[in-house]
Amino acid sequence: MSTVIITAVVITLVGAVVGVGLVYTGKKFHVDVDQREVDVRACLPGNNCGACGFAGCDAMAAAIVAGDAPTNGCPVGGQSVADKISDVMGVAAGAAEKRVAFVRCKGNCNVTKNQANYIGIQDCRSATLSGISITSCDFGCLGLGSCVNVCPEHAISVVDGVAVVNRDKCIGCGLCTKACPKGLIDLIPVNNYVAVQCSNKDRGPQVKKVCTAGCIGCMLCTKQCEFDAIHVVNNLAYIDYSKCTQCGKCAEKCPAKVITLPHVSAEV
Amino acid sequence: MKSLILIMISGALINNVVLNQFLGICSFLGVSKQMKASASLGVAVIFVLTIASAVASILYDLVLAPLGLDFMKTIVFILVIAALVQIVEMFLKKTSPAVYKALGIFLPLITTNCAVLGVALTNVQNGYNFIECVLSGFGTAVGYTIAIVLLAGIRSRIQETDLPEPLRGAPIVMISAALMSIAFMGFSGLSF
Repeated sequence: MSTVIITAVVITLVGAVVGVGLVYTGKKFHVDVDQREVDVRACLPGNNCGACGFAGCDAMAAAIVAGDAPTNGCPVGGQSVADKISDVMGVAAGAAEKRVAFVRCKGNCNVTKNQANYIGIQDCRSATLSGISITSCDFGCLGLGSCVNVCPEHAISVVDGVAVVNRDKCIGCGLCTKACPKGLIDLIPVNNYVAVQCSNKDRGPQVKKVCTAGCIGCMLCTKQCEFDAIHVVNNLAYIDYSKCTQCGKCAEKCPAKVITLPHVSAEV
Repeated sequence: MKSLILIMISGALINNVVLNQFLGICSFLGVSKQMKASASLGVAVIFVLTIASAVASILYDLVLAPLGLDFMKTIVFILVIAALVQIVEMFLKKTSPAVYKALGIFLPLITTNCAVLGVALTNVQNGYNFIECVLSGFGTAVGYTIAIVLLAGIRSRIQETDLPEPLRGAPIVMISAALMSIAFMGFSGLSF
């Protein structure tokens, strides 16, 4: 019987000493950490399996907050955990707006001329390397679909020889912007519907020769804009999205109808 | 002196904690994806195992053995090692963030590693004194580091090879670990 008592007393004492020691060091050596890190850590399963490639859930949480790991990087937690973490990170990211891809060209078969019958590898990059100008406009969309092939969400399709982005499907990953050899695709704020749908930097008469829907650099839009948001640089209009209020006046006045409301044009 | 060296070498190679005693397999397989991470884990294990062996030895010699509480050693060791690692972690986090960054994240991970507890218990079973305990803990941890870094190297090679579909992922890691284990069997013939 005495053994039991001694055991109980000793173990309790050891436990108490350890507990007090932990509390004391916890207070004494307290370090402030990013609250998001704590929140993200709370979302993770917490079994420190290391399947994400990091040393444990704490390391994973730190990496997510630092932006080194995707919010869905936990293979154990799956979608539900990814959603929770996205919530934490989304709130923390504040006003960071979702961006979607936008093709700055509307040179479809009706407005440009096909001047070469390209039968090589059906890929825009290959076609560009071949040195042949397939369409009359050197700046325009080739319509061979390099962007379509890289899009993980199948959000891009080629309609009448021009790539068109489905905004609802686009996740803003930016893979297409890198794939386009002409550099036609930009990421623009998802709620911004006013955009210049042309990339031709030639002078007006030259543009008119190759495409009836190109920006001729007439600067009417610049004069219309009350917010100093649209400017013509190198014979091409650019919109400053930090100033644009999407009033649409520039689009109304544009003689070539090249400034569009993409949510409308996507349906065309 | 000779026996002390023998304890270390035996801990590191002959009785390799992972490949011969099959302790600490979880982190061995889990964190051996990248060479850098596994090296960090190895250093953390060396750190924790050495301290844990020392503390466990003191606790056993001064508290448990005199009171005849030998049978409680497992529970007490778990308690003390877990708390100890937590304290060390907090201490490092505050005093030297650089060291904490390098290995601190691995500390909580190995608190519950069976290798740590296993070595503390084995030391006591073998009747080691304080110095022998520390050296044995250190040697064992070095053995763990050798094993995990080797496996990480093998895995980085495996990643670049074209494996049959069914072998990809965990199976080939298991097979690699098994072959490593067989290779380490060779050390059991080592004599001085």
